[in-house]
Amino acid sequence: MWLPFLTNANVCAYLKYVCKTGQPQGLPLQNRFIISFFMKTKSLSLLDSQLVKEALVQSVIKLNPITMFRNPVMFTVEIGTAVMFVVTLWVLAGATGQGSLAYNVTIFIILLLTLLFANFAEALAEARGKAQANSLRKTREETPAKVVGFGGEIQIISSAQLKKGNIFVCEAGDIIPTDGEIVEGIATIDESAITGESAPVIREAGGDKSSVTGGTKVLSDKIKVQVTAQTGESFLDKMIALVEGASRQKTPNEIALTILLSAFTLIFVIVCVTLKPFADYAQTPITIGAFISLFVCLIPTTIGGLLSAIGIAGMDRALRANVITKSGKAVETAGDIDVLLLDKTGTITIGNRKATNFYPAQNIDEKHFIRCAVWSSVADETPEGKSIIELAGKNVLSLSSNLEKGKNEIFALPTDSIQYIKFTAETRNSGINVGEVRIRKGAIDSIKKIVTSAGNVFPDYIYTKTQEIAKNGGTPLVVCENEQVVGVIELQDIIKTGIAERFERLRKMGVKTVMVTGDNPLTAQYIATKAGVDDFIAEAKPEDKMNYIKKEQQEGKLVAMMGDGTNDAPALAQADVGVAMNSGTQAAKEAGNMVDLDNDPTKLIEIVEIGKQLLMTRGTLTTFSIANDVAKYFAIVPALFIASIPALQGLNIMRLHSPESAILSAVIFNAIIIPCLIPLALKGVAYKPIGASAILRRNLLIYGLGGIIVPFIGIKALDLIVSLFM
Amino acid sequence: MLTEILGVVVMFVATLLLAYPLGKYISNVYAGKKTFLDVVFAPLERLFFRVSGIDDQKEMSWQANLYAMLTINAVWFVLCFVVLVMQGVLPLNPDKNPSMSADLAFNTAISFVVNCNLQHYSGESGLSYFGQMMLMFLQFVSAGTGMAVCAMLFKAMLQKGKNELGNFYSFFLKSCTRVLLPLSFIVAVILLFNGSPMTWAGKENLITLQGDTVQVSQGPVAGFVAIKHIGTNGGGFFGANSAHPLENPNYFTNIVQMIAQMIVPFAMIFALGFYLNRKRLAWNIFAVMSIGFWLLVLPTLYTEMQGSPTIARTGIMQNVGAMEGKEVRFGVMASAYWSIATTVISTGSVNSMHDSAMPISGAMQMLAMMTNCFYGGCGVGILNYYVFIILAVFISGLMVGRTPEFLGKKVEAKEVKIAALVAILHPLFILAGTALATYFASQNTEMGVWYGGKATGWLNNPNYHGFSEMLYEYTSASANNGSGFEGLGDNNLFWNITTGIILLLSRFLPIIAPIAIAGALAQKKYIPESAGTLQTDNATFGTMVFVVIFIIAALSFFPALALGPFAEYFSTI
Repeated sequence: MWLPFLTNANVCAYLKYVCKTGQPQGLPLQNRFIISFFMKTKSLSLLDSQLVKEALVQSVIKLNPITMFRNPVMFTVEIGTAVMFVVTLWVLAGATGQGSLAYNVTIFIILLLTLLFANFAEALAEARGKAQANSLRKTREETPAKVVGFGGEIQIISSAQLKKGNIFVCEAGDIIPTDGEIVEGIATIDESAITGESAPVIREAGGDKSSVTGGTKVLSDKIKVQVTAQTGESFLDKMIALVEGASRQKTPNEIALTILLSAFTLIFVIVCVTLKPFADYAQTPITIGAFISLFVCLIPTTIGGLLSAIGIAGMDRALRANVITKSGKAVETAGDIDVLLLDKTGTITIGNRKATNFYPAQNIDEKHFIRCAVWSSVADETPEGKSIIELAGKNVLSLSSNLEKGKNEIFALPTDSIQYIKFTAETRNSGINVGEVRIRKGAIDSIKKIVTSAGNVFPDYIYTKTQEIAKNGGTPLVVCENEQVVGVIELQDIIKTGIAERFERLRKMGVKTVMVTGDNPLTAQYIATKAGVDDFIAEAKPEDKMNYIKKEQQEGKLVAMMGDGTNDAPALAQADVGVAMNSGTQAAKEAGNMVDLDNDPTKLIEIVEIGKQLLMTRGTLTTFSIANDVAKYFAIVPALFIASIPALQGLNIMRLHSPESAILSAVIFNAIIIPCLIPLALKGVAYKPIGASAILRRNLLIYGLGGIIVPFIGIKALDLIVSLFM
Repeated sequence: MLTEILGVVVMFVATLLLAYPLGKYISNVYAGKKTFLDVVFAPLERLFFRVSGIDDQKEMSWQANLYAMLTINAVWFVLCFVVLVMQGVLPLNPDKNPSMSADLAFNTAISFVVNCNLQHYSGESGLSYFGQMMLMFLQFVSAGTGMAVCAMLFKAMLQKGKNELGNFYSFFLKSCTRVLLPLSFIVAVILLFNGSPMTWAGKENLITLQGDTVQVSQGPVAGFVAIKHIGTNGGGFFGANSAHPLENPNYFTNIVQMIAQMIVPFAMIFALGFYLNRKRLAWNIFAVMSIGFWLLVLPTLYTEMQGSPTIARTGIMQNVGAMEGKEVRFGVMASAYWSIATTVISTGSVNSMHDSAMPISGAMQMLAMMTNCFYGGCGVGILNYYVFIILAVFISGLMVGRTPEFLGKKVEAKEVKIAALVAILHPLFILAGTALATYFASQNTEMGVWYGGKATGWLNNPNYHGFSEMLYEYTSASANNGSGFEGLGDNNLFWNITTGIILLLSRFLPIIAPIAIAGALAQKKYIPESAGTLQTDNATFGTMVFVVIFIIAALSFFPALALGPFAEYFSTI
C-alpha cells in the first residue's frame, strides 16, 4: 500500500473508492428512466395479463355496496342497477308498459358493466401496487439477519423478528434485513434493488451517510448496524402499505371534488325525479329503464368511476420516480409548491466543492504548504477535506521526480502526539496539532483572527488571492501554521450541465428556486447567477433554512426542500413538502414527508410535476365527464318524449334511429368511455410548464370541447350499430 | 326596423356609458371616500345613527352582518303584512279598496321584501295609496339590502385573514340614501314631465271620444315607478305594469325605464373593479354576463320579428313582427329586448305580455331567470355570479394542476360544499315547485281550499303552454324576478303559499351562502400571485365560468324546457 501511514479508515476507504471508480463519491447518475427495482421484478405494462386477471376478480368483489358507498356517484349507479334488476324480473313476470324484456335486460347489463368498468379501473391501479408490494414482501421475508447478542455472539434469525435497537452484522454478499444505522464500519453497498442505480455507494458509521435500507446488498467490507425501525414500520413495510392502498386517505382536493360530484349527482336526481310529473302532465309514459338510463348518463360516472384510480396512480407514479411518499396529500401539495429550497452542493453543483489549486504564500515552499494542507485535512471528513488530499495526491508527481519520496514528503505523518482539531461552528476552522506544530485551515476571516490575534500580519497577497478566488465562484480556504499564513487552497464548484434549463422550467411553473449554501455571499452570488436560481442563502447555518421557510410560509407560500443531514430534520419537518434522501440520516427521513430513493436532489422537479399531473388528471376528466352531458341530453330527452310529442323530433339533432336505440347508445357510450379512459387516468395528463392560463386554454379545448364533441360522434356511431339489431 | 334596432343599441350603450361613472361613485361610497353628495346626506345619516343608537363604524363578522340583515328584513315583512291586511281602514284610500286577504298579503309582503314583486294582485283595485307607499318603501330597502350585501362581498374579497366584512347598517343606509334615492329622484322627475301622474287623488272620471264614461286610476305613480326600476324590483303601480300608458307613457320613457333598471346592476360590476382595484376582473365579469345576455336577446329579437307562424299560415302579413300582447307605442324590438332585460336582471317589470311571446322568446325569458346571474338583481346578481366563479375556479384550478385559489385565497372543500349546495337550490326550487303543480294538473285534483276547483282550472292554456305558465311562475319566484307569464290563476292559497315559500328561501339562502364563502375566504391567509397562479381575469377563465353556468344552470332545465316552450315551438312550425 502506498498510504500505510494514514490511520484514518474513512480516508483510506474513500481514496480506495476514488481510485477504483475514478469519480468522487457522489450521487447516482442523473438517469431519468432507470429501471427501478419494481420494473425489474415485475414487468408492469399497463395491461399485464396477470394484473388484468387480478383486477377483474377484484372488480366483482368491489360491487359490495359497503365498499361502493365510499364513492357516492357510483353508489347511485349501483342503486339504479339494482332497480333495473327488479324491473327486469317484473317484466319477466308479465308487467307491461316497461318496454320489452330484451330492452330492459340490455340496460341492466350495460349498467352492471358501467359499475364493473369503474371498479376495474380502481382494481387495476391497486393491482399494480400490490404486485410491487408482494415482491417487496418476499424479499423481506426471505432475508436472514445475523443478530449480535449481548455477549457478542452472532445468532441467525428471520428479519421479521428484528426489533428496534437490535444490532446485526452484514458482510460482503449479505442482504441487509431491515432499515438501520451503521454503528461500526464502512462498506460499499449495492442499492440498486431500491434505486435501480447500479453504481455502488459507500455507507459508513458517523456522518450523514450512515443509514442503510432493508433489501439492499453489502458488496464489500463488514458493518454493524443498529435497527432503527420498529417491526412493521421500516421503509419496506411503509412502501408495502402504501402501494397496496391500505393507508391511502382521500386528499383535501379529492374530498372537495367528491363533494362537487355528489352535488352534480343530486341535481340530476332532482331533474330525473321531477320529470315524472312533467311527463304525466304531458301524457307521456316513460319507462323506468329510460329514467334510470337518463340519470346514469347525466351523473358524472366517468370521473366518478376513475377518481380513486387516478389517486392511486398518482402515488404509483411517484413510486416509479423512486420517491416514497408518506401520504397522497404530500404529492398533491407538491404540485402547489411556490418556493423550492435546494442545497447548492450536489444539486446545483456536481457533488461537492473540490480543491482545484494550491496557492502558497510568498516565501513559502509549495511542498511545505501542501503538506500543511494535507495534514490539516487528514481528520477532515467533509468532501472538501477529502478532495484536498486527493488533489495533493495528484500533485505529488509534478512536485517530485521520485514518486515514493514525494509521497513520503507530503503525506508522512509523525506517529506521536497527534491531536485533531474538529471543525466547530464557533471557530469555523479545523486542523491538527503535531507536537509543537499547530496547523489550521478555514475561511479567511477565521484564520485572519487567529493570525492577527497572535500579533502576526495577514499578508495582502493572500487577501487579494482570496478575493480573486471568490469572484470566480470559488471558495478560498486559508491555511496557517503556528499562526503564520502558509497559503490558500482554492475550492471550486462545478455547476451541473442542464441545471439552468431545469430552473427555467421551474420558473415557468411558478416555482421560485432558492439556493442554500455555506459559501460566502460573493461566491454564492456567482453560482446563483450562473445556475439561474432566483434567490440564495449564503453562509447558511441550519437555522437559516428554517427561518427562510418560516418567512415564506408566513407570506402564504408553500415551501419544499430537500435534505439529508440530521441538521436538516427540523427544516424538513417545517417545510410543506420535505424530501429526505434515502442516503440521509434516519432523523431526516422521519422528518420529511417523502423519501427519494435515488438521492437525487433535482428529483423535486419531478415530484412537483407528478403533483400537478395528479390534479390535472382529475380536473380534465371532470370537465370531460360533465361536458359529455350536452350530447347525452340531446340523445335521451327527445327519445323520452318523441312517442307522444312527435314534434320533439326537432330536438333529435343526431337523427338517432329510435327512442330505444338512442337510450341504449347513450348508456353504452357512458359505460365504454370508462375503460377507454383508464390508460389516461393511470398515466396522467401530460404537464407542460406553459403558464396556468395556457394550460387551461389547452385543456379546455381538448377535454372541454372534446368532451362535448366526442359523445355526439360516439353516440351516433353506436346508434348505427345498435339499430342493426332492432 | 332600423330605427327599432337603433333603439335597442342606444338603450344598451347608454346604460353602459352611465353605469361606468356610477360604478366609480358607488365604489367611493362603500370605501368611505368623499363624494359630492356628502353635504346633503352625511348629516342625515349621522342623525339617523344617533337616534337609532347603531354604531355604524363597527367592523362586524359575516355572521353578525347577516344576522343584522335578516332581522331587519323580518321586521319589514311583519310591518308590511300588517299594513296590507289593514289597508282598507287605514288612511290614503280614496278609491276605497279593500284590505288584502291573509294569504295574498303573505305573498305580497314576502315578494316585496325579497325584491321579487311577484304581484298576484292588481294595483288599481288591490291596494290603497298607503299600501302602495308601504310597498314603495320596501322597494328601496330590499334593493338596499341586496347592494349592502354585495358591498360586504367586496369588502370580503379585499380582507386578508380577518373576519371583518364591514358594517351592514352603514352599507345599507348609504345604498339607499347615496345611490337609490338620488337616482330614483331623477327618473321620477323625467317620468313626471312625460305624463306619469303623481297625485293623492283617487280615480278620475273621463269621457272618451266615443262618449263612454271611464274611471281612470291614478296615484303617486312617477315616484313609485322610478324606484321600481332603479331597485330592480319590478312591482308595478298598475296591474299592467310598464305596459300601462300612465306607468310608461311613451318610447322615451321606455328607454329611460330600461336604462333605469339596468344601470345599478351594471354599475355594481364596475364598482367591484374600482373597489378591488381590479378593473380587468370587472370588465371580464361584465363581458361574460353581456355575452350571456346577448345570446338570450338575439334569438328573442329574431323570433319576435319573424312573427307567429300560425298567423302567417292564415295569410296575414306580419311585417312588424309578432304584435300580440305588445304595445304599439314600443314596437316588437323594444318589447323583446325589455322581456330579456327584465328577466335577466330580476326586475320582472313588463312592457308586453310574456304569455303572448313566441315560444322561443318564452324559453329565452325562462333561461334568463334559470341562469339568474347575467347582471342579476341589485347587488345580488354579483353574489350569484360569485358562486359560479368559485365553482369555475375549483374545476379550472384542478385543470391547471394547482390547488384552486381566487383573489389570493385557497378554495377548499368547505367553500366548494357551500357553492355546490347553493347551485343545487335553484334547480330544486324551480323543478320541485313545477313538479308539484304539474302533478295536481295532470291528476286534475280537486284542490279544495287551496284553489277552489280542479287544478287544471288555474291554467288558461292547455298542453305545452300551460306547462310553460307553471314553469315560468316558479322560475320567476325562485329567481326573485317577479314577472309573470300571466294567464295563470295565481291569486289563491296554493300559488300564494308555494311561491311565497320559494321566494323566501331563494332570496335569503343565495345571499347567505356566497357571504359565508366570502367570509370563510376572507379569514384565510393571503397567497401572493405567482407565475403558476391561474389568472381569473382573462378570456380563458371567462369562458370557463360561462361553460359552468351553461352546464349547471341551463342544462338542468333542458328536459323541462323541452316539454314546455320547445315542444310548443316544434309543434307550431
